[in-house]
Amino acid sequence: MSTNNRPLSPHLDVYKLPLSALLSILHRGTGAALSVGTIVLVWWLMALAGGEESFQVAQSFMGSILGRLVLFGWSFALFFHMSNGIRHLFWDAGYGFDKQVVEKTSLIVIGFAGSLTILVWIVAFAFGIGE
Amino acid sequence: MSLRSPLGQAKGLGSAKEGLHHWWAQRVTAIALIPLTIWFAFKVAVLSMADYETVLACIGSPWSAALIVSLLIAVFYHAALGMQVIYEDYISHKGARIGAIMGTNLLLFLLAIAAIIAVVRIALGG
Repeated sequence: MSTNNRPLSPHLDVYKLPLSALLSILHRGTGAALSVGTIVLVWWLMALAGGEESFQVAQSFMGSILGRLVLFGWSFALFFHMSNGIRHLFWDAGYGFDKQVVEKTSLIVIGFAGSLTILVWIVAFAFGIGE
Repeated sequence: MSLRSPLGQAKGLGSAKEGLHHWWAQRVTAIALIPLTIWFAFKVAVLSMADYETVLACIGSPWSAALIVSLLIAVFYHAALGMQVIYEDYISHKGARIGAIMGTNLLLFLLAIAAIIAVVRIALGG
């Protein structure tokens, strides 16, 4: 039977994931997390539509330590999924499959996602001080 | 070398000819979401500590509301397509798989409608 020649999956218990594999599963993980995380966005918009009182409740949660932690993770997940998604679009177009290129673009994805996350928080705090 | 078993080939269990639409829609929404996401994330960052009236005016302006509704449609469509692929990969029981996909689609649809109504209400000053 030709099925004997099929490639085998790596044995995950004894196999050190390469960076590209880690980013691959993170792409799924962040995608699923962001799908759940849309609840935060919907809640914020509905609170704003509901009037000043409900908006203040939402804002005070977002401004709390727990709220900021959630939002920080949320924002990194978002920018990571976006950065890695852009890399996926290049792959879809047929570019960047070489092993060395994938190693390099993995680091670029992490750097890009991290930079955008930090930048958006700098903007948030800079405008907060200005108020 | 074909990776399909002889039985699979014989049965002709191949494409149902509907995969491309799913794949393509995932990419179209992805591309739309790149500029929309960056714009919205930085808009929210700028508004993070602004007062109620300012946020209301900024989210509810015609262009802003139009872009946010576009963002919401793209986000929830993209999420539904993505979650479907995850379920298809990991849930082998057919009933559970279909149930998970259907349940998620209905939930995401409800969230999308709720968010869009909120934005429209803000934009119309209700």
